[in-house]
Amino acid sequence: MDFDLTEDRQMLSDSLTRYLREKYPFEARNKAAYEAPYHSQAHWEALSELGTLYALAPEEAGGFGGSGFDISVVFEAMGGALCPEPVLGALMASRLLSAAGVDQDALLSGAEKYAVATGEIDAWYGLDAIGTQAKPAGDGYTLSGRKSVVYGGQAADQLLVAAELDGKVALFQVAADAASVNGYGMIDGGGAAEVILEDTPATLLLADAAEALADAANAGIVALCAEAVGAMDVLQQMTVEYLRTRKQFGVAIGKFQALQHRAVDMLTEIEQARSITIKAAAELGGPEAARYASMAKNLIGRAGRLVAEEAIQMHGGIAMTWEYPGSHYAKRLVMIDAQLGDTDYHLSRVMAA
Amino acid sequence: MDLSFTPEEQAFREEVRTFFAENLPKEMSDAVRAGGELTKDIMDRYHALLNAKGWLASTWPEEFGGPGWSPVQRHIFEEEACRAYAPRIVPFGLAMLGPVLQKFGTKAQQDHYLPRILSGEDWWCQGYSEPGAGSDLASLKTRAVRDGDHYVINGQKTWTTLGQHANWIFCLVRTDPDVKQQEGISFLLVDLATPGIEMRPIKLIEGGHEVNEVFFTDVRVPAENLVGKENQGWTIAKFLLTHERTNIAGVGFSMQSLEEVKALARKVMRNGRPLIEDPLFAARVAQVEIDLEAMKLTNLRMLYKAQKQGAPGPETSILKIKGTVIGQELKDLARRALGPSAAPFPGMLSANLDPAPEDAAHNAARYFNNRKTSIFGGSNEIQRNILTKTMLEL
Repeated sequence: MDFDLTEDRQMLSDSLTRYLREKYPFEARNKAAYEAPYHSQAHWEALSELGTLYALAPEEAGGFGGSGFDISVVFEAMGGALCPEPVLGALMASRLLSAAGVDQDALLSGAEKYAVATGEIDAWYGLDAIGTQAKPAGDGYTLSGRKSVVYGGQAADQLLVAAELDGKVALFQVAADAASVNGYGMIDGGGAAEVILEDTPATLLLADAAEALADAANAGIVALCAEAVGAMDVLQQMTVEYLRTRKQFGVAIGKFQALQHRAVDMLTEIEQARSITIKAAAELGGPEAARYASMAKNLIGRAGRLVAEEAIQMHGGIAMTWEYPGSHYAKRLVMIDAQLGDTDYHLSRVMAA
Repeated sequence: MDLSFTPEEQAFREEVRTFFAENLPKEMSDAVRAGGELTKDIMDRYHALLNAKGWLASTWPEEFGGPGWSPVQRHIFEEEACRAYAPRIVPFGLAMLGPVLQKFGTKAQQDHYLPRILSGEDWWCQGYSEPGAGSDLASLKTRAVRDGDHYVINGQKTWTTLGQHANWIFCLVRTDPDVKQQEGISFLLVDLATPGIEMRPIKLIEGGHEVNEVFFTDVRVPAENLVGKENQGWTIAKFLLTHERTNIAGVGFSMQSLEEVKALARKVMRNGRPLIEDPLFAARVAQVEIDLEAMKLTNLRMLYKAQKQGAPGPETSILKIKGTVIGQELKDLARRALGPSAAPFPGMLSANLDPAPEDAAHNAARYFNNRKTSIFGGSNEIQRNILTKTMLEL
């Protein structure tokens, strides 16, 4: 048993954290996160040069990481800085390209940005009700349908699209400029797109993609959970700092037991969230990966909302303002629940198991 | 990061599992499964079984007759004991007084008392809380006045768990009323056969007899029964508390409870279908299961830290808070799974007439009894105060 990071991962964590703190501070983050194209090309390139994307893929795919703990280290650092760069799409696409046995040098170097388009308005989380259809056309295929809230889609060069083919969910690659990609910003920062496909040319990567998509989702969930843990740590520290300094009735409000105990409950849930994320990361790629990913996403959804809402309440009015960084952490923590399956969706998956 | 146990630890787990499989009498595990109060005879014989193997005093170093286990080994032992439905080890002599004597006792006290704890010759109970001193323990009033070679005790202790089986009690007493509260307390060992002591049962919410109140009237205790120095009692009390906190998460017991809830929900029917197929109930079970799964890791992370640092840190209060709440939720589900068949008072019906499934008749009683866990050992609110000071530094 060992709960310390390896030296390599600690170095990666340190260098990412330092970069984000020094070069991508909060004003720069907010500008990138809320103004088109809802990320920063310069920071994307710099993060790529730091090896961020290579850390997400195993050696056989051209990377130097790819395990659950490599993923969690990267995303925990990003969560601490609320980094809006579309790294999640790269992670999930890398898992899918690996499954398809396709070269991914352009992805790992950061030269091309990928987004994974699975969700639809009537099929957010599961693959059972996907309506996008594929049909053969010449040497390849065309796709028709609408992919909704494609995270990172507004900035993507390549889209990996789940569509029905011969009664199975298949995976296709679509050049972003071949589709109608309608980008927009998100309430918690970063961007997404509505992708309209109308006989859009596509390359088949996997005819039966269910297993690969499940693996990509599991990896994405580990990433989101780690991102949430990073964000929760920062928001909790901000809240405690505020309790120490904010005075009412002549004393620091942190002297009030009503607030102390709630701050402790935040701490307790964050430790639980950290634990279940470690467990999901350890199980990623194994036979129980989906079960532990669901457990983690359920707990993170609950803990994230608690930390966000309690942080706002204990700060009072200041956390209701756009100007205060804590409010953006709170938004991310709440909205992360809607990504890759919310608390109820994952609870039902744990029940069924 | 590596969540796996070492080959040595896995071999140890196998050894413990085999030991229980081969040596734990079925009547003992049956009694634990049934969920009622255990008899003194069962507890004594269970202690003797472990003592013969050298595993009774799991926290003691080898020089005092313990197995010298690491925190991880202790954790494995506790998990396996729960898995086998072994009785709980009664903690007062073994987990509490033993380490106190090893740290603060004289050689004579160690030589005299420790072997008697192991052999079961002495059964210890705890004289800490008083009617006016619960969470605010340092305000305790039971007075001990030095008189020649003796201390003379007057006062009252309460919540004395299993005191009805005990022949000795360790007490916190006030030896100096004129200094700061914490600086006037001493730690005394008292033979319960001493004249002037009266023990009365307290009937608990579920009807059980688990705790007692103890009255002291001019009780003369030899001065050699003082542990540590006079007025050093609070230091000893705080040390003891850290030992009380080992296994405080109760992960093994909660895993046991979860299995019981699931088994029960497969067995009992609602609207013609097994309860486990009711999505509302299944969701409640799944949510606690997730919290417990996280708790297992939180517990291991803190064990790992304790093993590296040599002592558990203040964050063990997190284990107490969350661990007890998870345990209580599981007891609540086990009670609710039964519907009205949880209500008949345990023991009033013969097994063939009891509407509750086998081993479930005590589920309501266990639910009520288990409410104690967030109150004792430093209430969960006291744990939050501790975390406020130590972790949040507010």
